[in-house]
Amino acid sequence: MTGIDPQSLISRAKNLWCPGCGNFSIQHALKDVLAQLDSEGHPVENVVIVTGIGQHGKTFDFMNLNGFYSIHGRTIPVATGIKLANPGLKVICIAGDGDCYAEGLDHLVFGAKRNLDITVLVYDNRVYALTTGQYTPTSPYGYRGRSTPGGDHENPINPIELMLCSGASFIARAYTHRRDQLKRVIREAILHRGFSFIDILQICATYNDLTSYYNARVYDWDEADAGDRDAAYRKAREWDYNRDARIGLGILYRHTAPVFEDSYPVPKPLTPQERDAWIAGFMEERG
Amino acid sequence: MKNGEVSILVGGKAGEGISSAGQIVAHLLGQAGYRVHMYFDYPSLIKGGHNFAIVRAAEEKVGAVRKGVDFILALDQQTVDLHRPRLTQGGVVIFDTGTVKSSSGIGIPVKEILDAEKAPAVMGNSAFFGAFARAAGIGWESAETVLRKSMPKGTEQNLRVARRAYDMAEERLKIPGTGGACLPVMTGNEAIGIGLLEGGLQAYFAYPMSPTSNLLHFLAAYADELRIRVIQPESEIAVILMSLGCAFAGTPSAVGTSGGGFCLMTESLGLAGIAEIPIVIVLGQRTGPSTGLATYTAQADLHFAANAGQGEFPRFIVAPGDAGEARAWSREAMRLAWKYQVPSIVLADRIICEGLYSVDGLTAPAPGSGPLPADPAVRPYFRYAYTESGISPLRFPPVKGEVIRVNSHVHDPDGITTEHPATTRAMAEKRMKKGAGLLAEIEGMDPVKVAGDRTAGTAILCWGSTKGICEELGSAMGFRVVRPVVLQPFPEKTFAAAMAGVARFWMVEENETAQLGRLVREHGYVPAGTILKYDGRPFFVEELADELQKAIA
Repeated sequence: MTGIDPQSLISRAKNLWCPGCGNFSIQHALKDVLAQLDSEGHPVENVVIVTGIGQHGKTFDFMNLNGFYSIHGRTIPVATGIKLANPGLKVICIAGDGDCYAEGLDHLVFGAKRNLDITVLVYDNRVYALTTGQYTPTSPYGYRGRSTPGGDHENPINPIELMLCSGASFIARAYTHRRDQLKRVIREAILHRGFSFIDILQICATYNDLTSYYNARVYDWDEADAGDRDAAYRKAREWDYNRDARIGLGILYRHTAPVFEDSYPVPKPLTPQERDAWIAGFMEERG
Repeated sequence: MKNGEVSILVGGKAGEGISSAGQIVAHLLGQAGYRVHMYFDYPSLIKGGHNFAIVRAAEEKVGAVRKGVDFILALDQQTVDLHRPRLTQGGVVIFDTGTVKSSSGIGIPVKEILDAEKAPAVMGNSAFFGAFARAAGIGWESAETVLRKSMPKGTEQNLRVARRAYDMAEERLKIPGTGGACLPVMTGNEAIGIGLLEGGLQAYFAYPMSPTSNLLHFLAAYADELRIRVIQPESEIAVILMSLGCAFAGTPSAVGTSGGGFCLMTESLGLAGIAEIPIVIVLGQRTGPSTGLATYTAQADLHFAANAGQGEFPRFIVAPGDAGEARAWSREAMRLAWKYQVPSIVLADRIICEGLYSVDGLTAPAPGSGPLPADPAVRPYFRYAYTESGISPLRFPPVKGEVIRVNSHVHDPDGITTEHPATTRAMAEKRMKKGAGLLAEIEGMDPVKVAGDRTAGTAILCWGSTKGICEELGSAMGFRVVRPVVLQPFPEKTFAAAMAGVARFWMVEENETAQLGRLVREHGYVPAGTILKYDGRPFFVEELADELQKAIA
């Protein structure tokens, strides 16, 4: 089977990201993965991306993919509605760390809790870039941004640990300077049936360039025990997004569990005649 | 007892099934050919406290209750103590001799009856029902028919309990049959649900909130039979966004809430506006601001609904006046949302949602036209293609070789974000064209109702659930009653015709600032005065009659 040209997935829209932005790596990884999947019988027209608001969201404009450009923090409920309407669609939420760890955190937890069959890619640059440099839920303690010139006074959340206890059935961490691994993990996440989540450590060239910090600390997780929940908790806690530690990358956890959409299969709707007969019966009962 | 009508109050503690008892009484009177309306008054708690229902039955259409009642069914002492002053001349109190002291009326030894039938306490209401039927001179057969329909579980035992009480009581105040047809009796929430189904509803999303929770319960109870999905998400924010996601993928759905939940939905209401995604919101008003009175009524969210969301975009708002209109207009709310790709709001209130009404099943008019289908030959597909009507044909993913984009930003015809001034302006005008088309269609849909003395120069203006009481008093007192059913876009032409020849008019509303009054002022109509109620309770007939007399005479 011959697939589509990956380049055809890049839209005519002028790219607006800063030079050196980590978002390019994710965009091109996604493009290559989807083109490859198209050639393997997962047609690209079945893909829908749902984006929030932030630099990540511009992915919507820069790609030729069905899309729903939602509001800040609100990708997952939109994806839920799309999957309920048509479970055959591959829905990929493209979210940011401010977007889905702050404003829309409840939806992330509930998406995992329901084990909705969608993929969530979080472009985690650990800073609000679109709004020019404020701290986010994953910024380290003491982050000096324009809203916290003296440093922020909150510890970051650990999103992969949060996803583990919320019920996500596929959890991974990737890094924009590890392109091959990023592609592999995105592919596995899309093919996973259930809630698949990737926290993508993405460098922000302008407000939070952690390239040398990450390069010195990242290593690949041994994925042989990816089905072991306790092992996953241990690995997730190795680095808390704050203190200095080794930073594991790859698939942290995956297992098979019933998915939400299977509990609400799309029924064959009543015909207008069947519906009117039901209503007439109801009226009769109330007469 | 007034000619051609009767009122019954059922009172007791929360958790004693007061609403169900009222409903069975309403059904019994429906069987006798009456049109009925029930108002249920309950505080926001589950057990204890004082609940009461007033059922009013009349030969003519009825949508309001009186303060005065002809029968009191007292399940507890408080009911007698609180409500005896309401009893009309010759009225009858039916009470439980074991728990209630009453100086007159019909006493029923409920505990003895239950013991004799080894029946559980919950069946005590059937004893009251039996005694009431006898006291009202209603034949046992009618009572049995209604009880069988209303009590699918423990039917025979309930019937035996009711029969014992029926035989112990005596006829006191005969409610004669009207000879009229027996109409179905249902709540506004049920009527809205039926209308949504008739409008093509395939999924329903809601977070529980009074007074629309029972719409969620109704659709959930029948979801399998109706082959629809009913989902309770984590918040009203998720509720509306799931519905928008469904619509993007081609599945019509609706959401229900009250003011607080609607506050959470407003950001996504604007998303629906700019992204041109159909959404239908059932907004059941209750007393605000904020949590307000959770289980009581108000008509105070008209301007909130009309202006919610930043920016400007067309929307459809309809305020049905009873269950029959709620059904018909909920269906139209679905149709118009999809035809014009705009938000539709069914603006109901506690009285419409949870009140019982007799509905004429045949009143729903034939639906108008639906969305224009997309022509698959037109390629490439642009989700926001410019058209004369402003309406771009809808297609849903997957479509091979096409990309379908919806966008919360200002966008070009293909859905790609733009900040270009000419496109920004063209897209704004495209959206407003849809509003103009919507208004033109609405003007042909009888959107402003005229009732009472239709040629009188003195009028009362009202909207929503005060329909029943205003129409009744308009006829009795010789006023014209003008009632816009569609509130956005405002049907100015039809309204002008309805107001032709009106010299002076008063606003009758259940809010503090006469919100419809403010709306008609925008169109150049200045009320002579206002009659407003904002204590959470609906107007009672005697009360509004007095107020009208004072204000207008």
